[in-house]
This record gives sequence, structure tokens and C-alpha cells, in this order.
Amino acid sequence: MSKRRPYVRPMAGWWRKNPFFVEYMIHEGSALFVAAYGVVLLVGLVCLAQGEAAWNGWLAAMKHPLALLFHLAVLAMISYHSWSWFKIMPKTMPPLVIGGKRVAPAMITGAGLAATVVASLILLGLVWGMTR
Amino acid sequence: MGDDAMSRPLKRSNAPIFWGLFGAGGMLAALLGPMLVFITGIAAPLGFILAPDAMSYANMMAFTGHWLGKAFVFAIVPLFLWHAGHRVFHSLHDVGIHAGMVARLVCYGGALLGTLIVAWALLLIGF
Repeated sequence: MSKRRPYVRPMAGWWRKNPFFVEYMIHEGSALFVAAYGVVLLVGLVCLAQGEAAWNGWLAAMKHPLALLFHLAVLAMISYHSWSWFKIMPKTMPPLVIGGKRVAPAMITGAGLAATVVASLILLGLVWGMTR
Repeated sequence: MGDDAMSRPLKRSNAPIFWGLFGAGGMLAALLGPMLVFITGIAAPLGFILAPDAMSYANMMAFTGHWLGKAFVFAIVPLFLWHAGHRVFHSLHDVGIHAGMVARLVCYGGALLGTLIVAWALLLIGF
């Protein structure tokens, strides 16, 4: 150890000082909710494979008020993930050129969000049709 | 001196694989995530919009018993885990955690373990 104590710039909470980085941390943080939801589905699938009693146990847990509250939080964060995913997409994908002109970022974001709405309605329609 | 970095064949990076899994999972989560959470977490448990027995044992066994249902589950659950694992791994630095071997094992190992469990459960359910 050196006897000198060189200045180390403190980095704790660095992202709280700039709204851009706050937004960045929220959309990175959405991954924790995606993971949590993935684990909920994983546990459900394992219960399903164990048999009817185990499945009904999982189903009863899903009806608990805390589970519903948890899913409301996941719904909010995963919706935010959809929004930020398509907002960032113009920057993460290679430039898209149609008819000799580069497609505007707002067009790409809009198309992605429109695709989300269409895919969601199709999914809900399919599930509704298969289970009614 | 023949064994320097210049003469050895370039080692292929494994980054595109993990980035690809991250991208595929992120895209699926963006397109279907909100509605999936609404269906499995809110609508079906409450019997709101959907029938109260929408996720009954018989329905779910019929769904996961079909190869299309199996393919859907095997796409959604593992890719969500790979997406989240990759994103969390790369965000550790931002919250001041050195992303070493342990972090790598937890993030990617967790996703791999989840993938294997999904495959095992789907096979157990059978065709």
C-alpha cells in the first residue's frame, strides 16, 4: 500500500445527477423484472410438469394479492422496456435505407411500437379464442 | 519468437452469440412481454377479460403438449433469461461491481440452468 492517498473521484450515485443516465439506469434495471418474470414462468412450468396438484398450487399463488401487485410492477417495467427498446433501436441497428433515403429514427421507433400493439392484440385474441 | 500474437490464428470471439441471445430475448420481451405479463399475471388469475379457468391444468397441458406450444415456451422463457442475464452482467460496472468470473457464472450460468430446466420440464410433460 502506498503511503500517499491519491484522490479517487467518488462514483457513488453518478447516474442520479443527469436525467439521461437516470433513464439509462431504469431501462437497464428493467432486465431485473424480465428475469423475475422469466423465473415465475419457469417455476410454473416445473409445477405443470409435476402434476395437477403442483400446478393448482402455483395457480393459487398467482392469485395472491402480492403476486398481482408484483405483476402490475412487472407490467409497468416491461412496458417501459418495450418503449425504450424501440426508442434505442434506430441507434443499435444498421442504417436502414429505403429508396435511396435513410429511414428516419422516429419511423423505426414508431414501426416497432405499432408491431408491439398488433402482436399484443393477436396474442390476446389467440389466448381468448383458445380458452373461452 | 514465432509464438507471438501476430502469428497465432485469431481467436474467434463468443460475444456475438451472447449478444444475439440478448437481442432476441429483448425483441421478444418488447413485442410480447407486456401482454404476456397481463395475461398470465393479471387477466387469467383474476378472470378479467379471459375465462377464470383459462390457465386450468387441462388447458395448460394441452398447450404445452403441442409442439407449437412447446416451441413458444422454449423461445420465451430461456430467451427472457438470456436477455436479462446479459444486460445485468453488463450493467454491473455501472453500479460499481467488478464483473468477474463469479458475475459471469451467475448471469450466464443462471440463464443456462434455466434453459436446461425448461427443456427438462417440457420433455417431462411429453408429446
